[in-house]
Amino acid sequence: MTGDGIFQLLLYLVVLNLLALPLGRYMARVFSSEPTWLSLLLAPLEGLIYKICRINHTQDMGWKLYAASMLTFNGFGLFAVYLIQRMQNVLPLNPQNLGAVSADSSLNTAISFVSNTNWQGYGGEVTMSYFTQMIGLNVQNFVSAATGIACLIALVRGLVRQESLGIGNFWSDMVKATLYVLLPLSLVVSILLSSQGVVQTFQPYAAYSTVEEIKSAKPSSEPHLIALGPAASQIAIKQLGTNGGGFFNVNSSHPLENPNPLTNFVECISILLISAALCHTFGKMVNDLRQGWAVLAAMSVIFLASLAICFTSESSLSPALSALGVDATSSTMQPGGNMEGKETRFGIANSALWATATTAASNGSVNSMHDSYNPIGGLVPMLLMQLGEVIYGGVGSGLYGMLVFAIITVFIAGLMVGRTPEYLGKKIEAFEVKMSSLVILFPPAVVLIGTAIAVSLEVGRSSVLNSGPHGFSEILYAFSSAGNNNGSAFAGLNANTPFYNYALGIAMFIARYWLVVPVIAIAGSLARKKRSPESLGTMPTHNALFVSLLTGVVLIFGALTFVPSLALGPIVEHLMMVSDLSQGVSAK
Amino acid sequence: MRDLVIQSLLLYFVLTILTGVIYPGAVTMVAQLAWPQAANGSLIKDETTGGTIGSSLLGQEFTSDEYFWGRLSATTPPYNAAASSGSNLGPLNPSLLKNARARIEALKVPAGKSSKVPVDLVTSSASGLDPHISPASALFQAERVASARGLTQHEVEELIKQNTEGKQFAVFGESRVNVLQLNLALDRLNRPASSTPKPNR
Repeated sequence: MTGDGIFQLLLYLVVLNLLALPLGRYMARVFSSEPTWLSLLLAPLEGLIYKICRINHTQDMGWKLYAASMLTFNGFGLFAVYLIQRMQNVLPLNPQNLGAVSADSSLNTAISFVSNTNWQGYGGEVTMSYFTQMIGLNVQNFVSAATGIACLIALVRGLVRQESLGIGNFWSDMVKATLYVLLPLSLVVSILLSSQGVVQTFQPYAAYSTVEEIKSAKPSSEPHLIALGPAASQIAIKQLGTNGGGFFNVNSSHPLENPNPLTNFVECISILLISAALCHTFGKMVNDLRQGWAVLAAMSVIFLASLAICFTSESSLSPALSALGVDATSSTMQPGGNMEGKETRFGIANSALWATATTAASNGSVNSMHDSYNPIGGLVPMLLMQLGEVIYGGVGSGLYGMLVFAIITVFIAGLMVGRTPEYLGKKIEAFEVKMSSLVILFPPAVVLIGTAIAVSLEVGRSSVLNSGPHGFSEILYAFSSAGNNNGSAFAGLNANTPFYNYALGIAMFIARYWLVVPVIAIAGSLARKKRSPESLGTMPTHNALFVSLLTGVVLIFGALTFVPSLALGPIVEHLMMVSDLSQGVSAK
Repeated sequence: MRDLVIQSLLLYFVLTILTGVIYPGAVTMVAQLAWPQAANGSLIKDETTGGTIGSSLLGQEFTSDEYFWGRLSATTPPYNAAASSGSNLGPLNPSLLKNARARIEALKVPAGKSSKVPVDLVTSSASGLDPHISPASALFQAERVASARGLTQHEVEELIKQNTEGKQFAVFGESRVNVLQLNLALDRLNRPASSTPKPNR
């Protein structure tokens, strides 16, 4: 750890928070249907879309209709993405003549992109045509993010409204999130990225001969190719929408996806921007800004601690490599630290920052290979996913997950003092607690059961690249990622097999839809209730006490659930590394 | 229910046109008009033949003593810009040590040399296409390149200094040397009489 690295991380946090505040207020205006400075341009377009789609945007939907609309819309997405991949060989914009994607991989990818996970079992540049990337995947990058935002806004309306049967209009929330939030931000970011060297072209892959071949006049039998494509437009929304599915196989470590430290900074800000801003949107919409700050504070505390641990761990090199006479000291002349699977231009600080941000949010893009992290450095991203993707989390889904934890927190606090728990004046009763339990219990169940099945079967174990506890970590990481809609990987695991494509596909599906439906149900139930007036006995949910309770509940719940499995993976590996038992692990 | 299906279908179609066709199309148009070089992969042309010799943003493999070498690359073959990949080797994986040992051997570090090998020179990059090495890694190779080319070590070190990029805006990222650019600068300074590439991996 260097002072210089720490400065970069602090600068990141300052810029993130400076941008999140105005964006949050802006989104509150958008979803309250108040005019904004973009309305002049976008309101007519919005009206036109409603007209074409025969949507009555003033219709107030009950929670069941809201959920049904969401599921139907997502169902069509699933179908479209699957079909496009299966037919890409006969569709246009396929300059490399890539064949149709296999059935299991197509299904996995379709679920992955519709559920905002963007787990990638495939390598982008060797699998997907430009058409599939644009019309299939890029569209999902927008609408899956918009779905998350819409469902969050529905939950917030449930908290705000009284004695109301409706929680808003799903179509209108979708269109607003896409038009007023995601598209303008993506346009700005993608144009900036393309100016820096992120490719944005429809030309076929470029052929070249290397300098050495030309000098020695020995051309190689096959020309070298450089993969290209319309990447910048996709990368902007993949970051902003916490999607994370890279255009190229190695995601944002690819120099044509993330060419320099400036693009890295912009992409990394984009990961957390909307999720952080939505906290302020929430505060504004419930008419108590402190509520938004409190939730954001709880997120930031866990984020900062995780970042510090990850950065410290990656700043050191394993004893075995150091013993070869390798210099890993950080200085102005070299990044130092554990540079395996990291890019020189990002070094340790920016790689650790990205790894922490991308797993705190359910983004899942990477600018370094998490599989090659030191055991504790790799434990941090794994644990952040296992906490349920609520530390910022996915756009919309992160905050609705955190609000569910807030409900659990007031419930536990209420049990302690023997009062009916309330959140923002709404009584939390049996129905809300039951639904909240579903939300927080399903992902861990999926992760742990999935991991247990995979390690018990030969088809599960044979995909592992690294042997020993690290191999177990690869499988645990995969299910933690899919079971919480993150999408990053310990990429040594060969997950493009029928077993993993189906198993992880099911995990991603459950993690998204068996969570979001109970959340919408909570919204419906809360909207029907009256707000009870604040009294002396009301527990405030905007002060330091509540922030620490909420942080505690998230951490204790995650720790109780996952410490045993983490002990079998990264913790054992760490102990082996420091005690130099590593020689006992044979090469696979 | 019927309304729901029709509305879903229509909205999916409209949003596909908007976010899958108009949006990427508009970005492509702006990028191609404003900065075609950057938008098309930052390709470099050979000054004499006009053929493409790579991208200024992507590393390529160098194996002869006359050139600086980049990071280890885990793609097959190394530095394959059509199929990027990291090594994904865990910190205790024996292959990690094997690769590092082989690199150190290829570097022919003289016994008793005081300076240690910089870590980025013996580890694989994340993309397998990292165009950069640290300034320390470039300086570490200066002696070899100078003697292979009949230059003084001072001349080569000066060239490294000229080709070192500092932190962006003095804040972001790490200081680094673009290996391809540095090697092209070397060739401009003095063309190797004969080059006999030797495998280093």
